[in-house]
Amino acid sequence: MSDPIISFQGVSKRFGQVTAVDNTSFDIQRGEFFSLLGPSGCGKTTLLRMVAGFEVPSAGEIMIDGQPMSATPPNHRPVNMVFQNYAIFPHLNVRNNIAFGMRKAGLTRAELDKRIDEALELIKLPGYGSRGADELSGGQRQRVALARALIKQPKVLLLDEPLGALDKKLREQMQIELRQLQQQIGITFLFVTHDQEEALTLSDRIAVMSEGAVMEIASPGQLYESPGSPFVADFIGSMNFFEGEILSSTDSAITVETSALGTVSVTNSDTQMTAGQKAWVAIRPEKMQPVFSDPGEHANTTSGTMGPSAYLGDRSHFYVHLPQREDPVLVALQNLERSMTQLHKPNQPVWLQWASDAVVVLPRD
Amino acid sequence: MNANRPWWRPDGFAVYAIIYLTFIYLPVLFLPLFSFNKSKYIAFPLKGFTLQWYEKMINTPDLLEALMNSVKVGVAVAVLSTMFGLLAAKAVTRYRIPGRGPVMGFIMVPLVIPGIILAIALLILITQLDIPLSLWTVGFAHMLLCTPFAMLVLISRMEGFDKSLEEAALDLGESAWMTFWRVTFPIVLPGIIASLLLTFTISFDEFVLAFFLTSTDPTLPIYIWSSLRFPTKIPPVLALGATIFVLSFVVVSFAEWIRRRGVKLESSSGI
Repeated sequence: MSDPIISFQGVSKRFGQVTAVDNTSFDIQRGEFFSLLGPSGCGKTTLLRMVAGFEVPSAGEIMIDGQPMSATPPNHRPVNMVFQNYAIFPHLNVRNNIAFGMRKAGLTRAELDKRIDEALELIKLPGYGSRGADELSGGQRQRVALARALIKQPKVLLLDEPLGALDKKLREQMQIELRQLQQQIGITFLFVTHDQEEALTLSDRIAVMSEGAVMEIASPGQLYESPGSPFVADFIGSMNFFEGEILSSTDSAITVETSALGTVSVTNSDTQMTAGQKAWVAIRPEKMQPVFSDPGEHANTTSGTMGPSAYLGDRSHFYVHLPQREDPVLVALQNLERSMTQLHKPNQPVWLQWASDAVVVLPRD
Repeated sequence: MNANRPWWRPDGFAVYAIIYLTFIYLPVLFLPLFSFNKSKYIAFPLKGFTLQWYEKMINTPDLLEALMNSVKVGVAVAVLSTMFGLLAAKAVTRYRIPGRGPVMGFIMVPLVIPGIILAIALLILITQLDIPLSLWTVGFAHMLLCTPFAMLVLISRMEGFDKSLEEAALDLGESAWMTFWRVTFPIVLPGIIASLLLTFTISFDEFVLAFFLTSTDPTLPIYIWSSLRFPTKIPPVLALGATIFVLSFVVVSFAEWIRRRGVKLESSSGI
């Protein structure tokens, strides 16, 4: 872990009065699939463009493979980029697009041809070499952009929302292919996206960004199951938050007093909070189990009434009104049986149960 | 047009189109018509077919010299103003320039100044500076006139294509200079050709500036204008006019073909 491929060291970028990236430091390890995730305008694309060299940091330094990059122009950096709209050269065919960056590689005609054929094989477009740029679909353009960058054998491949322009089915297919490709060739991928599902699917680690700052860096599972802050908990997936206060805290368990859920006991929590502190109790919608008949006196249970529901095919979302809480609680239920949609009737009583290790406790200001 | 309508019963739009085209082209067609007419007077009835005016055109050194003057000035002006236009278009569309608005405004001003005002102003300036009038001064004036046109054509072309194409070339290891030649230039080429043709044409038939700023070497419009006083000189001018007409038709068709090819490439560069 001591030899990162990219190292951001106090990097800031200001455009006039606007700070796009604010004093950011973190490392990306060799061979990682690393994603920058955040809403538009959070600085993730600016950060990526600084790695590519299209933007110069206002402060700080970016190291690629141990070399400072401030004075290195984009054409001399050991990274290549897949652009958001792919930037396929319209006046060149697929072959010449892929060969574009190989002019100075010192290969013979035959060697180059072989490399291009291998690249076409890699992106599953053999025989497409003589196609014009205008004869390609969105997914094919994306693959050509990939091949054009990968043939340069960069130390890091930069991807700027490369799947954003594709429709849902194709996007999901390309996600799998992208992940397989990355594992196959073992190059570090630095991937920018605003689509959290995409980031969760693809990444080894994700940096969640907001307003120019990195909020948290963690694996997809950790971000989702043990978010480090209310912002991240709220940004990744859906989350129900309940106001509360820590009653007691030991190494093995925490109890939190809440107005809506009563006393909640939490196990397997990473939090360092101590008794008396204000806290959020956060529970994911799918981790609250609805029960439609009275389970009797039971720990980690609350009762309410059914509110509006939404049928989503594989699962249903419904809102449950709790007596001590103004906003309804969102509950997600897998539709395991075809008849399950019949169960959700408005205003019927419902009990919610959850496991004590399904609860996340977060500090509340 | 309605596909079911027989050709001998055109609808209103077709009639309008035919009248419009007639209105534009009928006067122009008198040129070739009278250039083959045996009489030296431009009047009906026609007296019979002849090629003598074309022969005489070739054997009139003054006329050919005026033509060559115009071509020389036109080519130089076209190349230089297109080059300046390209540099300006690149600067305006690719970089953040302080005071871009006023600068663009000043460059575009010659478009709206009446030619005769510009001509007088330039004449005063040039005589004040003791620069002898010549084809050079005409060319200089034409550049002033043509550069805004070149800029307009090229700015729209540069704005039309995706900046990330140039970034992609840089990213793939090319220098700024090679990026220009391998990406920018081929994509902007239809605009460059359009600009060359447009500026050449403007210079080629420009009269007022040339009239004020030339000395003993007339450009073609000046020569034609001065020939009008001598009826015998007119028929070879008609022959030349007809020749230029045919040539421009060929050149413009070619330019249009190039432009369409460019549009086709352009449309394929989008997502």
